[in-house]
Amino acid sequence: MSVATLAASVASPRKATAAALSNGILIVIALCFLLPLAWLILASLDPDASYRTQIPANPSFANYAAVLTPGLTFLPLWNSLLLSGGAAVATVVAAVLAAYPLSRYTMRFNKPFMYAILFGTCLPITAIMVPVYSLFVRLNLIDSMPASILFMAATSLPMAIWMTKNFMDSVPISLEEAAWVDGASAMTALRRVVVPLMRPGLGVVFIFVFIQAWGNFFVPFVLLLSPSKQPAAVSIYSFFGQYGAIAYGQLAAFSVLYSVPVILLYALVSRGMGASFTLSGAIKG
Amino acid sequence: MKAEQIAPTRGANPGEPEPVGSGSPGRPESTEGGSRRRGPLGTRARTAARLLPLVPAVLLLLVFLAGPVAWSFYGSFTNAALTGKEARNPQWVGLENYVTLFQDPVFPLALWLTVVFVVASAIIGQNFLGLGIALLMNRANRVVGSLVGLTVVAAWVLPEIVAAFVAYAYFSKDGTLNQVLSAFGMTGPNWLFSLPMLAIILANVWRGTAFSMMVYRAALNDVPIEITEAAMIDGAGGSKRLVLITIPMIKSSITTNLMLITLQTLSVFTLIWVMTAGGPGNQSTTLPVMAFQEAFRFSDIGYGTAIATVMLLIGAAFSVVYIRALRPGKG
Repeated sequence: MSVATLAASVASPRKATAAALSNGILIVIALCFLLPLAWLILASLDPDASYRTQIPANPSFANYAAVLTPGLTFLPLWNSLLLSGGAAVATVVAAVLAAYPLSRYTMRFNKPFMYAILFGTCLPITAIMVPVYSLFVRLNLIDSMPASILFMAATSLPMAIWMTKNFMDSVPISLEEAAWVDGASAMTALRRVVVPLMRPGLGVVFIFVFIQAWGNFFVPFVLLLSPSKQPAAVSIYSFFGQYGAIAYGQLAAFSVLYSVPVILLYALVSRGMGASFTLSGAIKG
Repeated sequence: MKAEQIAPTRGANPGEPEPVGSGSPGRPESTEGGSRRRGPLGTRARTAARLLPLVPAVLLLLVFLAGPVAWSFYGSFTNAALTGKEARNPQWVGLENYVTLFQDPVFPLALWLTVVFVVASAIIGQNFLGLGIALLMNRANRVVGSLVGLTVVAAWVLPEIVAAFVAYAYFSKDGTLNQVLSAFGMTGPNWLFSLPMLAIILANVWRGTAFSMMVYRAALNDVPIEITEAAMIDGAGGSKRLVLITIPMIKSSITTNLMLITLQTLSVFTLIWVMTAGGPGNQSTTLPVMAFQEAFRFSDIGYGTAIATVMLLIGAAFSVVYIRALRPGKG
């Protein structure tokens, strides 16, 4: 409130009305966006939850206590961690290695490669899960965790290479030249000089891939069959009872537990993410 | 941009030490390596050594990205099935799947619903709402702006399955939306059954607007304030400034954003699958849902693959348009 009055006293009256109007509209929009989430929070605290939104009569953490068991929560979350952590590590390693020659040498090969990469970022890969499934059946890779990890890594790799190259382009080459003079090979220079300098950028790429993989439902839904390997995105279906009885409260509590890690990660990199959004708009190869 | 600035200086200075190939960590005991020779063979060896770090990425892309894409084309010409004889030994059936597809009454409907879904939820909904929020944020109070940003992003950061359940609960018969409407004395319809398309479109706007908002926030931050101020001094009003100055200045971001959200929306599956599963009937069956149903519910993988291939071609066409629009020098 004090900020608003201060702004109003400094700005012209017309500008103040515009600001007040903007504030008003934005608050209405924010409420519309929040409203669907109200159910999630309220139901997770309500032992008698249904899909109606209601203030819990006896609010408690009973739902959380009920889902916090190895089978229901810890194993699926661990699988999610394996899947998204593995995909993110594989993606970042491959992307850093690939971005280095693309960023540091001018080669005839660069431009067509970057265009191919850009094309790859555009393909609606999740839309072709049916052929991916049949290919995996043929190669005997269905229900294989490593294969699913590598598939997820490959689908996020084009975007990751694109972002990593942009980050690497902004690391000055003079520092590496000093390393070369001192006798370091290109790979040593990359590991000792370039990577440490672009750590924040790599963090953004890592978390970007991690969040995408963590939230992905369709890929593990199609590729991983045995319950012991399924990540949280798929195991969430265990809250749908066999005869259509849905444990809404537990479903909501599990959803909250499953969502918290990515929300925290997002908060961690939201500034860096902003930078990557400008980069994704600047197509200068 | 930076690479191009760096590259000429590197080229113009042949005396600088060349980084020796990635495969040789120590100093070269170069008995066989021609990396220091200047002949065509040496150049080729040097290029090969420089390309070596690309190998893991290229392998990964070939096996797990190009592979499925190529398989999608091949598989669409077979009668592969989920179970039975055709699962192990699919036969080549030529264009049969495509002939069936173009005669299938569901296909034009699914294509139309996909177009409606993409245009209404992405191009109109997310794009305009995202731009609107980004513009309003520039004028509004800083605290309000960042709070709104948080709430909009929250829907986008949530795992897709959670977002889908939340949207399902919100639009169900006695769900939040109808509770709010009844508080205002209105009786809402049973959204998921009588207006399934509207429900999934609104849900996708809710879920995806954050992306456009962030792209436009970043783009608006790059518009130099001097230009807007100059226009203001020349007497251009708010809407005039928007149309004549701001929009043209963020044109390339608008193109990028439109194409990216189009392609993202084209492959939306989970949201629709959880909310309506394509129903009732086929009233909300978009192409990804149709491909999934044909493949896994009716166990006709070949046919599902043909639908996926059509989607891939639509996506590829959009990508080409997008990449051409953003060619260096234009944006």
